[in-house]
Amino acid sequence: MAGIVSYGAYVPPTRLGFSVIGGGRPKDGGPERAVAWNDEDAVTMAVTAGVNCLRGHDRAAVDGVLFASTTHPFREKQGAALIAKALDLRRDVRTADLAGSVRAGTDALRAAFDTVAAGSAQRVLVIASDARPGAPGSGLERAFGDGAAAFLVGATDAIAEDEGGFAFSDEIVDVWRGAGDAFVHSWEERFVVQEGYTPGIVEAVQGLLAKLGVGVGDFHRVALYAPDARSHGGAARALGIDPGNLVDPLFGRLGNAGVAFAPLLLVSALETAKAGERILVANHGDGGEAFALSTAAPIEKLESRRGVAWHLERRRAVQRYDRYLKARNLQAAEYDAGTGPGLSATVHFRERDDEIAFKAQQCGQCGALQFPAQRVCETCHAKDDFGLVRLSDQVGAVVTYTFDHFFPTPDPPTIVTITDIGGARVHLQLVNLAPDQVRIGMPVEFEFRRIHQVGGRPNYYWKGVPLAQ
Amino acid sequence: MQKDAIRDKVAITGVGCCRFGENWDQSPSDMIVDAAYEAYADAGIDEPQKQIDAVFTGSIYSNKGPHECSDALKLFGKPVTMVSNYCATGTDAIRCGVLAIAAGLYDTVLVVGYDKPKDRGVSGPTVMMDRVRDLPQTPAGWFALCAATYFDKYGAGREDLARIAVKNHHNGTLAPNSFLKREITVEDALNGRMISWPFGLYDCAAQTDGAAAAILTRADLAPKDAVRVKGVTVIAGPNPQKDPGNDFLSWKPTGWAAADVYAQAGVDDPAKQIDVAQVHDCFTLTELLTYEDLGFIEKGSAKEHIADGRFELTGELPVNTDGGLKSFGHPTGATGVRMIYENVLQLRGDAGPRQVPAPGIALSHNIGGHPTACGIAILGKS
Repeated sequence: MAGIVSYGAYVPPTRLGFSVIGGGRPKDGGPERAVAWNDEDAVTMAVTAGVNCLRGHDRAAVDGVLFASTTHPFREKQGAALIAKALDLRRDVRTADLAGSVRAGTDALRAAFDTVAAGSAQRVLVIASDARPGAPGSGLERAFGDGAAAFLVGATDAIAEDEGGFAFSDEIVDVWRGAGDAFVHSWEERFVVQEGYTPGIVEAVQGLLAKLGVGVGDFHRVALYAPDARSHGGAARALGIDPGNLVDPLFGRLGNAGVAFAPLLLVSALETAKAGERILVANHGDGGEAFALSTAAPIEKLESRRGVAWHLERRRAVQRYDRYLKARNLQAAEYDAGTGPGLSATVHFRERDDEIAFKAQQCGQCGALQFPAQRVCETCHAKDDFGLVRLSDQVGAVVTYTFDHFFPTPDPPTIVTITDIGGARVHLQLVNLAPDQVRIGMPVEFEFRRIHQVGGRPNYYWKGVPLAQ
Repeated sequence: MQKDAIRDKVAITGVGCCRFGENWDQSPSDMIVDAAYEAYADAGIDEPQKQIDAVFTGSIYSNKGPHECSDALKLFGKPVTMVSNYCATGTDAIRCGVLAIAAGLYDTVLVVGYDKPKDRGVSGPTVMMDRVRDLPQTPAGWFALCAATYFDKYGAGREDLARIAVKNHHNGTLAPNSFLKREITVEDALNGRMISWPFGLYDCAAQTDGAAAAILTRADLAPKDAVRVKGVTVIAGPNPQKDPGNDFLSWKPTGWAAADVYAQAGVDDPAKQIDVAQVHDCFTLTELLTYEDLGFIEKGSAKEHIADGRFELTGELPVNTDGGLKSFGHPTGATGVRMIYENVLQLRGDAGPRQVPAPGIALSHNIGGHPTACGIAILGKS
């Protein structure tokens, strides 16, 4: 029997208040949505959620990675393989991307359960991540939110065991994004909800209940996907779910996070659940599915995780709408950085351990760390005698800093530091704080981010963030 | 290195320097010809194709190699080498010329430094996006990294840097070939737009076009009162950004280069023995740190000496008498040679309104890269 062994999430700290959309001022305590900033995308969020899920677990034990997203920045170049490298997993992991529908997040989780139950793998990492583009001024811009959820699925030590699922497929043009489209489209809202969403989510849940021979009242927590708050309430009423058992869908705080939406609600449920509870998860898109989990004793021993609640508390409100437009590349620029072949693929190939896995070398003779790896030790001059050490999960300290006013960013200046990580000195940008908050000696941790889009594709590296208190 | 191998073996008998600035109407070869022919005339060379034995040229933006210089001057059939060492290029090219003469290979060598950064169509720092690591990549960003730590430890601030900018702007008004001839105030400097904290517009030297040249010759073939090379060095250092344990209170290559060149020149008390200095004020903080790292003053004491006017034209040790990189301009390959030009004029007593009273020993200093290389030359009269 397969289940969830661990979980993690990532919700960007940047929050776009509804009052700011269209050009107004931020309103304290008003409704808002989470928004991935200019250096974030589905891949970077997935890496951080994966890091958070794997805290306290052996990365070398992961046998497979399933990455679900409708907003992976590449049409051809696997997200799961890139994420596996950034997480410094074994080379012989099974990687696959799932895409094309907001259902891909729960599809991936079901696939992982089945894989583990069949004995094809012991531990599978599932990450669902989305940053869906809603056209400026549209209802979707307001309803969407960006985020990622990650689960480690396994056959032993599960905190929540899979009880089975039900799924059906439906051909309908309700919400879609074509291959060349900049934004997600939606047909008239009443059609989308009345003919698509509500009957679909009801069919998924009732199908599951019939299969398991249970009723809604048998579940302590119910996590329901929905396009918006009103349709969420409507679906709950149609299914006769007690409002006290509904997992808060977080509209007005996070938003509909696409493939990550139902998974994030599941994380939210797991964060506060005790052993012996039953959780129902239902998702909808091009059909629907629902599945049931029952929590087990290990859930009460799992040390607290960076999940949904942890991230919701950490907010940086967008002050101006034009900054958001710039961050999401929604403003025209004179020279597009996108044309040309981009950064050298051969240089990237040689530097993957440095730049994607963020590994330093440790000298076999004197033990000094240095970054990037080179053949001669800077400290003791030993040649070709070193091993690699992962920097991405360490804590560093700021040695010195400056603030650059020219690098393209929606909110200059860019904070640039020299950060000491275990003795290795690394030149790193620092984000998630204002310039006047930088201090010599302040502790920092590291997040995978998009540095720029030279060559018309995202180019990734790591940045520092203040160590979370 | 043999410490005595250079001192008094090489003389500088001619110098030339074209106008530095936005030389839109001059090609690199136009500037090379202006600077080299002024140096020829100064040295009394009227048949350069016969009298020049070898050429060292320095440029970091040119991708044409030494041919750009030999073709401009029609110097063929002899060794022409291009030297590349970021901002230390000029001093490095001088060093190569000095070594070649001191080693006994040539009697007369031409050194030409030049660059035309303004042909790139960029005002201010280029935004480089050729990698993912170490971005933003700007000299202002690299050289600013000593500020937070130095200010924190020694209580200095932007005002101290502003005074250096004011001094160099003033000195530039007295140099005919300088790019900027404009007095500024401390307040102007503090209110300039920010580039990379703490550097505002007036803390940063502008890149300009320009060329400068020097004629080096065997000291025993030169007039008795010719300026002589007492020592010259270029030292490579680690990238301070990844150098383990770097304290970001000074730039190591300057200290190392100073120790080497002082040993060559027989200088053991630089504060007393150096009469005038041209230092690499790519940024105001670089000049400040250089006062200390060259041993003119104690580490951490710069702000007091700056306030006292020690390094003004009228002070005890005038620094950047022609306005420095800040006002004269900074064509990377030319700057080290332009400093030699100014020091030769000073030692000869030909610096006009910028003249320092009777200098005997002059020092020029370039630092470049992250910074990772420093070149220093010391000149004197017998």
